[in-house]
Amino acid sequence: MTVRGLCFAHGERKIFDGVDLRIARGKVTAIMGPSGTGKTTLLRLIGGQLRPTAGTVTVDGQDVHQLSREKLFQLRKRMGMLFQSGALLTDLSVFDNVAFPLREHTDLPESMIRHLVLMKLEAVGLRGAHGLMPRELSGGMGRRVALARAIALDPMMILYDEPFTGQDPITMGVLVQLIRKLNDSLKLTSVIVSHDVKETSAIADYIYVLSGGKVVGEGSPEALGRTSSPWVRQFLQGLPDGPVPFHYPAPDFLGDLLGGGSP
Amino acid sequence: MIEVLRRLGRTGLQFFERLGRGHLFLGYVLLGVPEVLSRFRLLVAQVWSVGVLSLVIVLVSGVFVGMVLGLQGYNTLVDFNAEESLGVVVALSLVRELGPVVAALLFAGRAGSALTAEIGLMKATEQLAGMEMMAVDPLRRVVAPRFLAGLLSMPLLAAIFSAVGVLGGWFVGVGLLGVDDGAFWSQMQAKVDLHDDILNGVIKSVVFGIVVTWIAVFEGYDAVPTSEGVGRATTRTVVHSSLAVLGLDFVLTALMFNDI
Ligand SMILES: Nc1ncnc2c1ncn2[C@@H]1O[C@H](COP(=O)(O)OP(=O)(O)OP(=O)(O)O)[C@@H](O)[C@H]1O
Ligand SMILES: [Mg+2]
Repeated sequence: MTVRGLCFAHGERKIFDGVDLRIARGKVTAIMGPSGTGKTTLLRLIGGQLRPTAGTVTVDGQDVHQLSREKLFQLRKRMGMLFQSGALLTDLSVFDNVAFPLREHTDLPESMIRHLVLMKLEAVGLRGAHGLMPRELSGGMGRRVALARAIALDPMMILYDEPFTGQDPITMGVLVQLIRKLNDSLKLTSVIVSHDVKETSAIADYIYVLSGGKVVGEGSPEALGRTSSPWVRQFLQGLPDGPVPFHYPAPDFLGDLLGGGSP
Repeated sequence: MIEVLRRLGRTGLQFFERLGRGHLFLGYVLLGVPEVLSRFRLLVAQVWSVGVLSLVIVLVSGVFVGMVLGLQGYNTLVDFNAEESLGVVVALSLVRELGPVVAALLFAGRAGSALTAEIGLMKATEQLAGMEMMAVDPLRRVVAPRFLAGLLSMPLLAAIFSAVGVLGGWFVGVGLLGVDDGAFWSQMQAKVDLHDDILNGVIKSVVFGIVVTWIAVFEGYDAVPTSEGVGRATTRTVVHSSLAVLGLDFVLTALMFNDI
């Protein structure tokens, strides 16, 4: 998958300004960056839910934004996506949520579906929760169910939006293993969006660091660890001061407090 | 002055843009309808939540409206010694007008608002986006079954409303006020025409069903994905579909019952 010269803006606000990425088949690629840089937006662009103002996204040789609706849906069947919010269907049980893509896209008999669903739920450690409704799950559990659903159709590529937030250390460890294992055993291509530096570095083959609408650093985790770029250093080591701004663009603080800026 | 004109123009443009989107939306939903017919379970579930759950309010209102018609009709007719025609008066008012119109208003309040809120919330919680990423078209999977269910339920609800209304009128007229039972029914049978009255009433209820459900699902799908946005969309559904029903009722009545 390649992203070339991608530009995108939400109204007046430019989110991306010429981003280039190459995501290798069968590898785990991580996209890191401070909160609000547009990581979720990037995944939505890759999935074809948003249109870029310039640039192209090519997945498996196909330009995502030139495809007809039908072709795009064909492509999406081979793409799993884990939403930051989980996006489970609230009127279906955990079991039915995971079974949903199978029922929509295949004619498998019910016994087979049951088999597959329980297998996927077992992988995320929630087989026992298959009868619960989404509102009865915690945030972290919900996201694991969403992960089981994302892999239900055995896609060729999975996009993970913040898979580690809201997970306890044990689950986190299991998830890290699981993502790596899925990637290697099913020959998947994985894209992880995250700001958990430690966990992500542990499994990623290649890392891109985004900031201010541009790629500010890239390389294998080891190479990035030795980098001299102050942006990447600050981000990876979590230092409050440096070139990466912690604040959303804002007028001068003192001026705002004194009523100088617009409210 | 220029500013006023500019704002007027912008509002006008937005209105027409939304109108266009609504029609495109209807087109896509209609394309999804054949698929729904082949997935009967989805449809049944929606007919249940849209139609069957609206039944109680329709039954109760129907009885009361019929009883009021019985009282009012009797008071007027008795002055002309024509209280035997009570059956005709009650039945015609219900079948031609009150059945379709009041049932549609109740339907907009009970089922339409629920449809908008449900679809709007699904959008706000990214469930629709999630479906799209699973290569499932929400227009076909979520909207089309609900649209079809509304379209099928509304004429049935209107018919039920009229039927229990007639019973309510009969109870008051014959049971309480002493109108002759045989005359009540036989005059009704003689004077209510299958084509002119019943069929036209059915056409009205079908049209209202389409319009109310269309507004409801569109408002939900087009809602701003926040709690406030969904709240506003729900209000708009009730207001717009009530106005649409009353306005269309005038147009349809003019076309059907008068030769203007
Ligand atoms: N609908 C929208 N309209 C306008 N601006 C938006 C919209 N959605 C997102 N943004 C802006 O786009 C930027 C990127 O948002 P995005 O959700 O992609 O961030 P993110 O990198 O995923 O952050 P996080 O790590 O917190 O999830 C944010 O600064 C946000 O203000
Ligand atoms: Mg995000």
